[in-house]
Amino acid sequence: MLRIRFHGRGGQGMKTASRILGSAFFLAGYEVQDAPRYGAERRGAPMFAYVRADKEIIYERGIISRPDLVVVADDSLLSLPVAGVAAGITPHSLLLIHSNHSPEDLQKKLALPCSILVLTAVPAGISCAAAASQLLGISWQIFKQAMEMELAALSEQQLTENKLAARNAYEQMAATNQQVVEQEEPDYSSANPPHWIELPFEDATISAPAIHGTATSLHMDTGSWRTLRPVINQERCSRCGLCHTYCPDGAINNDENGYPRIDYTHCKGCLICLVQCPLHAIESVPEQSPSYSNQQEEKQCADS
Amino acid sequence: MRRLLTGNGAAAWGVRLAGAEYIPAFPITPQTEIIETISRWIGDGEFDARMVTMDSEHSMITAAGTAAATGVRVFSATSSQGLLYAMEMLYTVAGWRAPFVLVNVSRALSSPITLEPDHNDVLAARDSGFLQIHCATCQEVVDCLLLAYRLGEDERVRLPVIVNLDGYYLSFTREPVELPEEEVVRRFLPACDLQTAPIRAGDPVSQGVAVLGGSQYSYFRYETHAADRNGLTVFKEITREFARLTGRSYPAVEEYRAEDADIVFFMIGSFSTKAKAAIDCMRAEGQRVGLVRPRLLRPFPDEDIVKALQGKKGVAVLDQNISFGKGGILYAELASALYNADGRPEVLVSFIGGLGGRDISREEFFEMAKVTTRAAESGQIPAPRMLYTREELAQMHGLQAIAAAEMNTREEK
Repeated sequence: MLRIRFHGRGGQGMKTASRILGSAFFLAGYEVQDAPRYGAERRGAPMFAYVRADKEIIYERGIISRPDLVVVADDSLLSLPVAGVAAGITPHSLLLIHSNHSPEDLQKKLALPCSILVLTAVPAGISCAAAASQLLGISWQIFKQAMEMELAALSEQQLTENKLAARNAYEQMAATNQQVVEQEEPDYSSANPPHWIELPFEDATISAPAIHGTATSLHMDTGSWRTLRPVINQERCSRCGLCHTYCPDGAINNDENGYPRIDYTHCKGCLICLVQCPLHAIESVPEQSPSYSNQQEEKQCADS
Repeated sequence: MRRLLTGNGAAAWGVRLAGAEYIPAFPITPQTEIIETISRWIGDGEFDARMVTMDSEHSMITAAGTAAATGVRVFSATSSQGLLYAMEMLYTVAGWRAPFVLVNVSRALSSPITLEPDHNDVLAARDSGFLQIHCATCQEVVDCLLLAYRLGEDERVRLPVIVNLDGYYLSFTREPVELPEEEVVRRFLPACDLQTAPIRAGDPVSQGVAVLGGSQYSYFRYETHAADRNGLTVFKEITREFARLTGRSYPAVEEYRAEDADIVFFMIGSFSTKAKAAIDCMRAEGQRVGLVRPRLLRPFPDEDIVKALQGKKGVAVLDQNISFGKGGILYAELASALYNADGRPEVLVSFIGGLGGRDISREEFFEMAKVTTRAAESGQIPAPRMLYTREELAQMHGLQAIAAAEMNTREEK
């Protein structure tokens, strides 16, 4: 059985990427299982998706604990333990990262036992799907058919653009000699038994769920979830305050002159402000890398 | 032709194929995709049904029950807290003997709040009068929707039916699914017979009946029980017919490599396919292990279960639920079914695992089989085992240390 795990942020197209790969395997005659995993928060929050493909019926379910291939859409996830990119990686796993860093730099930073490949084609989602398909030996014809199935809701032009991007990523991976190795789950006699324990009684003062730290959301850098950044054009702004009123995260406050200021550490990039602004004084700018953008923001703050 | 569908997508297809006419709805994760899919179809003119968004699950089940009493085919769906919020009306509409189908996408209950599945939500509805079918694959979801309508609408039953699928593990998971042909569905499940409905326009009937003294009450309640039990016979008949039409067979109790097994797993839901994966591994090394899985949980198929477990050395009962102060619910149900049975298994061992979506690893299935084998050989029954590791407790204690530090900081302030 082949086990592939995709990591990205909500909105980067990694659920779709996993579905394109799933459909491609299915069209190639495999039994398939694909599924995304995310919590209550969606856009910009770390998520993952997985695909299983086998020639036989698949009984395994749930998260993949020993992946053969891990595909990462966003290198800012690598330093985020909660994203779980490294979970279960073995020396036989292959790690494909969408990044502008070199494989050597990433290897040094991550210190993982597996081989690392870097993908630079954009946009991330469709490129990751195409690159993974190439690494898994799926023909371009089948990949294209799967992509058309999964992207049926897109316009002709969007589809053409996606195809171009996919082709680019597919070609980029053709040059590599790295291969995805199908790893076996441990068999019955060699499996390590779980370390089950008797769960002791503990006093209700610690065994009932509670959060003691207050205002913990202030410490949560939800700004790193942004894929698009709202930017206010102060010259156009009439200080009507609608963006401040509609911001669902309270991330827009007014300065002493009544002009709105966006708190980029907590703005998730939902762009409701952009939609609400009656004077079109807010535009959206793609985030290159969220961590990079926050550094820029801090720099700006330090400068001013 | 097979296609890839999520469990939620398969449920929506089941509703469409069954020709549901009225769909009261209220959103909740992880069920929402079902009503979203149906509403898109209705909007696009692909599916002719009336969907009404309600103000709560309590109203939703009330609307479903009242509509069903007028003889239209009704569908609704919920999860977790939504099912609990509807609980008062679940019991009430079952008492009206109003047949409709409710999909529950299992999600563990508060507190603490979570999104991932276990079975405490659907088992809270165990005694409501709703029949319960538990699915293990996306294919089963679409097929069981059709079976559920036939079952609930049958004159010998006339009760609402819950079709349960596990959140995430089925709801958001795509698998290859063969959709039954529409013409086959029409033969298997003809349109509702309006003549049997108690309520018709211009001909008022009240089902809000009050009785005192207990005698009449006992009559009505026992009649509901008798109708529920009739579900066993009806399910047998309709699954036989369904198998003839589609080639897919759904006995009330699924048995996997159980016939010559010494040790079997007894469990419900989608994790049972994980058990199958583990069983195949153990069989490859000569271990005689199998699976017995009730698909129908209400009515409880006692006879089929007793037969499937006859002469087994040990049964590992895996409960993805916990009845506080007692333990696993399936364990207690199974024990009561077996106590007076001839040739009952030598030992039943209780395991509780997979709470709130916690994964159950293949190694844990191996270990459950080993523990049960040892119990059968020694006659010493181990205490119920919660699947929880040293590493998990260490992690929990790490979180508690952080909480303690936060509490101290707060007190210093």
